[in-house]
Amino acid sequence: MKGRMISPGKAQGEAIVSREPIGFYGGIDAKTGIVIEKGHELEGKSVTGKVLVFPCGKGSTVGSYVIYGLQKNGVGPAAIINKETETIVATGVILAGIPCVDGIDIDQIKTGDNIEVDADNSTVNVL
Amino acid sequence: MHLTKQEEAMLDGEMGEVAQKSLRLLVRLGEIYGADRMIPVGSVQVAGVSYKSIGDPGLDFLEDFAAKGAKVKVLTYLNPAGMDMENWKEIGFPEEFAKNQIRIMEAFRKMGIVVTATCTPYLAGNLPRFRENIAWSESSAVSFSNSVIGARTNREGGPSALAAALCGVTPNYGLHLDENRKPDMVIEVDANMEFNSDYGALGYHVGKLVKNKIPYFKGLNNPNTDQLKALGAAMAASGAVALYHAEGLTPEARDFDVSGLEKVQVGKEELKATFDKLNTGETPDIVILGCPHASLREISALADKVAGKTLKKPIWICTSRVMKEAADRMGFTGIIEKAGGRVVADTCMVVSPIEDMGFKTTGVNSGKAANYLPGFCNQKVIFHNVDELVKRCL
Repeated sequence: MKGRMISPGKAQGEAIVSREPIGFYGGIDAKTGIVIEKGHELEGKSVTGKVLVFPCGKGSTVGSYVIYGLQKNGVGPAAIINKETETIVATGVILAGIPCVDGIDIDQIKTGDNIEVDADNSTVNVL
Repeated sequence: MHLTKQEEAMLDGEMGEVAQKSLRLLVRLGEIYGADRMIPVGSVQVAGVSYKSIGDPGLDFLEDFAAKGAKVKVLTYLNPAGMDMENWKEIGFPEEFAKNQIRIMEAFRKMGIVVTATCTPYLAGNLPRFRENIAWSESSAVSFSNSVIGARTNREGGPSALAAALCGVTPNYGLHLDENRKPDMVIEVDANMEFNSDYGALGYHVGKLVKNKIPYFKGLNNPNTDQLKALGAAMAASGAVALYHAEGLTPEARDFDVSGLEKVQVGKEELKATFDKLNTGETPDIVILGCPHASLREISALADKVAGKTLKKPIWICTSRVMKEAADRMGFTGIIEKAGGRVVADTCMVVSPIEDMGFKTTGVNSGKAANYLPGFCNQKVIFHNVDELVKRCL
């Protein structure tokens, strides 16, 4: 699948897919990489080392700093794939250096799929 | 987007990791918003300063960037912090909060940012020129600089403003372009506008009405800059107004023919309804003035009103450190403190943890503060003019 590069880099890993938006501030613990938002479909799951797939970001702009913190603490996702990346996630992945591609039909991806992300060429492959 | 040779080099990492990531952020935002190139900025104001707003994730990020040698290229000021940086202990800000706030300020200082934390940088030594491109964050400062001064800025987020400061440029889109500064709607004001709070109420009403459009005011009768500051702040809070024009008052107003635009009348009924709607409390636990940060004229006026009196409930007036020093010298601070009030610098009620300091009902004369206090600080609000607020504290 061809999308748009938001933040450069390449990664491969297991997909973890959220059908609902993710708010990183108060949504994911920057120390553990575990989703902590009450009632979220990924609550209790870890994003560490995974290809995190969700439609778009939501919530506080501090979320950008949480994405940066996840990466710095070594518990960040390997890559992020969005339907449409808004400025909170765009800011976070660029500062953190996490590969990110948007403009992808994320309905084609399910949790557990082995995904290859080549943000430099704006492509996503389900292997 | 067209980039200069120097910008290309920065993007390739030749000027270090911090510059590379910062410019990458600006380029990506520019592409998202359709910018053709980067433009130099004359000054920056960075938001996301209060520990209450950015928490540990923001603190960690800023310390990390500072440790990597990040240095700003242009005059850069800060938005208000979560507390008075000098008298926090005496005023009663929590110790743990203070420790983290001090670390945040130290990280900014290391980056070469002027740690004057204010939503009125234009009153504290960061004054842009007419048509100068700048990258400011705080919504009322953005409104004032765009509208009253005629400088040009989008409303930047904390990281994008910081990136602009570190690279000295911002993407050329939005309010940097002539075609996006035209008014969308005429607001005809027919009301007796006596107090700054009247301008706050007008701003609150018009912000709700126009949302993110550009209003053009007619009928404003000789407001001073404090009143224009109150008007813009409230419009940016209740709506997302980053620029307004006012006939005969703001520098770009004469550039536009507004004869074909939709017109809306605002009179005393609308203002009264706005005051009624924003009043949710009866007796104040505290009155907080200075949203946006008070000018010396506002501090002096408060000193006149409370001189020789004893306040049963405290009145705080928030301001920048620069104004506070002038107020100290003039004896205004002494008069206000003697009556039982305080001149609080570097912070404001919206970003400080007042709900943790025992206050439940706050009196304000600001449309912006009346808009934010219920949600951000869990306060009931009394929204009135300064004379009535002082009366209720005696």
